[in-house]
Amino acid sequence: MLALVLAVGALYALPNVFDNDPGVQVRGARGLRIDTAAFERIQGILQDNEATPSSAVLDEQGAKLRFADVEAQLQARDILERELDESYTTALSLLPATPRWLEKINAAPMYLGLDLRGGVHFLMEVDMESAVRRTEESQVGDLKRRMREEKIRYVSVTRRDNGGISVKFRDDEHRRSAEDLIEREIEGIAVRDVEQDGSPFLLVELTEPARTGIAEAALKQNMTALRNRIDELGVAEPVVQRQGDRRIVVQLPGVQDTAEAKRILGRTATLEIMLVDENNNTAAVAGGSVPAGSKLFTSRNRGQILLKNRVIYSGQNMINAAASLDTQTGGPIVSITLDSEGASKNQRVTGENIGNRMAVVYVEVRSDVRRDADGRAVLNADGNIVRDTRRIEEVITAPVIRDQLSARFQIEGLDSVEEARDLALLLRAGALAAPVVIVEERTVGPMLGQQNIDQGRNSVIIGFILVLIFMAFYYRVFGLVANLALAVNLVLIVAILSMLQATLTLPGVAGIVLTVGMAVDANVLIFERIREELQNGNSPQASIHVGYDRALSTIVDANITTLIAAVVLFNFGTGPIKGFAITLSIGIVSSMFTAIMGTRGVINLIYGGKRIDKLAI
Amino acid sequence: MEFLRAQTSIDFLGRRRSAVLISGLLIVISIVSIAVRGLNFGIDFTGGTLVEVAYSEPVAVEDVRAALNSAQIENALVQHFGTASDVMIRLPVTTDDTAQLSSTVVAALRSPFGESLDETRPGQVQQCVVASGVTEDCHVQMRRVEFVGPQVGDELTEQGTLAMLYALLGILIYVAWRFEWRFAVGSVAALIHDVVITVGVFSILQLEFSLAVLAALLAVIGYSLNDTIVVFDRIRENFRKMRKGSAVSIMNASLNQTLRRTILTSVTTLLVVLTLLLVGGEVIRGFAAALFIGVLVGTYSSIFVASPTVLVLGITREDMMTVKKEGEDLEASP
Repeated sequence: MLALVLAVGALYALPNVFDNDPGVQVRGARGLRIDTAAFERIQGILQDNEATPSSAVLDEQGAKLRFADVEAQLQARDILERELDESYTTALSLLPATPRWLEKINAAPMYLGLDLRGGVHFLMEVDMESAVRRTEESQVGDLKRRMREEKIRYVSVTRRDNGGISVKFRDDEHRRSAEDLIEREIEGIAVRDVEQDGSPFLLVELTEPARTGIAEAALKQNMTALRNRIDELGVAEPVVQRQGDRRIVVQLPGVQDTAEAKRILGRTATLEIMLVDENNNTAAVAGGSVPAGSKLFTSRNRGQILLKNRVIYSGQNMINAAASLDTQTGGPIVSITLDSEGASKNQRVTGENIGNRMAVVYVEVRSDVRRDADGRAVLNADGNIVRDTRRIEEVITAPVIRDQLSARFQIEGLDSVEEARDLALLLRAGALAAPVVIVEERTVGPMLGQQNIDQGRNSVIIGFILVLIFMAFYYRVFGLVANLALAVNLVLIVAILSMLQATLTLPGVAGIVLTVGMAVDANVLIFERIREELQNGNSPQASIHVGYDRALSTIVDANITTLIAAVVLFNFGTGPIKGFAITLSIGIVSSMFTAIMGTRGVINLIYGGKRIDKLAI
Repeated sequence: MEFLRAQTSIDFLGRRRSAVLISGLLIVISIVSIAVRGLNFGIDFTGGTLVEVAYSEPVAVEDVRAALNSAQIENALVQHFGTASDVMIRLPVTTDDTAQLSSTVVAALRSPFGESLDETRPGQVQQCVVASGVTEDCHVQMRRVEFVGPQVGDELTEQGTLAMLYALLGILIYVAWRFEWRFAVGSVAALIHDVVITVGVFSILQLEFSLAVLAALLAVIGYSLNDTIVVFDRIRENFRKMRKGSAVSIMNASLNQTLRRTILTSVTTLLVVLTLLLVGGEVIRGFAAALFIGVLVGTYSSIFVASPTVLVLGITREDMMTVKKEGEDLEASP
């Protein structure tokens, strides 16, 4: 059992021994996946340009290509950026040189935090108030229209500054019918009767679940949008995670240009809704002339489509897009909600164009560093880098208009649930529900990162050696056994961290160092007990036995209390501090295992079954 | 080290009056210092911007300040750290777009060299382009940037205080359940003692109090408690085993029996913490310093604060007998 744990531990700790290779990672942009065909195409491109990688792997993160040196890596990246279109992103990265057979058993080196590998960490906050405000503003229009349709007469519908909508009526009768209407047809709002200045009012407010729903949607929408924008930065393993109910953590390993990162993250992509020029489409796509007022666009499935060059409404008018199943047909659909401005425009245009197609175009403005023929950045007179901006436009979908549409409509005829989900994601990504601001930044440059790694490693090694010497000196044979346990403990901590792929931060390394110092405590407790028993005149074998038994409950009690502190730390801590809590917790548990079970096994091996007169303790 | 091999018989509890005096004095000094001098809070708590850069050669603080001033960056605190070519710049929280500030700072420092950052290459030093269009290593290397918005700083302070309270509460409950309420109060008294004095030292020396230091305080709580529990465990055992003897003599015997272990574990822990302090580098220094102070104070408190508190609260053998059954059950099961 002990040997097995040790063997597995050693195996999974092994990948940490290997160095990193310069690599290039290729991912699909905007949530696209790289399939085998695309993977083969990428390899083909590199082969044609005599930049064959030393190894190429395709996994869920995309294509990972390894190169012999940095020269070859940069060359391959330039080739790929030139040859591949906007639906792929290429990024330079360092790929661990883990041998194939280790990768097969899912062994990987520890996942280093940004303070060790270098990179940018942003904490972004979503402005939820403005998300709620937008919803309420759209409801004002929605309410007006519905009441008109139902012939309910109202005096005014206004959004109040401190939230909620107040509707003024001339008499109580109309108010009652409005109340009925709202309760019957509109979800997620609560109504209340109020009398003010002698007039009957209806106070309409979002319910708590509805608010939570809006916040949730706004957060998800922003995360998707951020992911799409990060694609442009060319980051190998970006992390976009929610933290709490209004914050998003963005981690960009290896990124040093924080100005560029902030510029890109702060920018908005948007959607533009246009009509398809049905009369000239076929001819124009076939290569004919493009009439004035229309323009050819590329669509997502690589085809072309002719659109009338007038934006009907934009992504800013879109409040939500969600994938679901049609209640009647059971087919996958995407339901879209517009604000009042979008709704009225939609109503007018769709009414006149039933039977025609309406295209949704994804628009993003990118700016690239201008480079000369040798690939060097060009500077202007002030010594700043020159940038060229370009518009990226892509038709996401172009469904046929079947009916006059308004604030709520749905796109049908999708092939699969996945397609519906992808489409909803893209639609949401274009529309930003609420602004985000950076509330925290932590960037570590590569120099400091490497320095942190070196100093961390040195601390572990020096601390470890000091404790080894001390224990061997003080407890002799038993000290050596405790040292063996300590070494195994260190291997196990590394193995567990590698298996869990938990983030190792600099405070995490400090946690390991601290564990090294504290882990011997269990053995000290046991050995002191054994010494006491010997002094009390017990035989060596009995002393060993009693020593281990008596010390056990003390060790467990003492460690559980430390574990309580570690768990509290984990729950309260952010990034680096969490790393400390994780290594401390793992260290406590594994040290209990090695110090109690491990050393006992070895001691039994040395002294077991023999008659002994004296213990070297 | 042979002296440690002999069984000691020091009258620890007999000196509890001096211990109260020493601890009381230290706590009063700490509290006064915290109240008067305050703590040198890092930007984790105050909010603000911190930029650390490494120049390719030594640079004068005045030159750095001049470069910042020419980019209209005011109120910057500029200082060297480590070597004469490493510079740290701190800026207070401002109302306008503060997240952009750090980028402006780095760009301003690079402008005297006529260089701009070119592109990111993971694991390599930063590459800049200069007027001639050549790419070379930047003269100003960004080492670290931290920006903490005011709202985040406030939250961290609140969460930190809460974390400390939750940890103490959790420990109080666990010890009360496994031992007895007097022991729980004793251990928590020792922990508060440790935390107050450690924070006090940070206040007196005006060391930077960062988020990492707060984490170290929680680790100190864990460590000090570890020590205290071992002593308590022995006291409980001896109360049941030794039929004769007063509470004082039993507790004294227990403290003496565990003394060697207390010292040994403190030595090994201090060895590694000292390594961290000396080798771990500037980022981890405050953290290591807090641990070092905390472990020292924690070792003292587990002997001179925790046990005397339990004694003062009036522990008797009968109190321990009531939980005997439970204790035995737990000891019997491995």
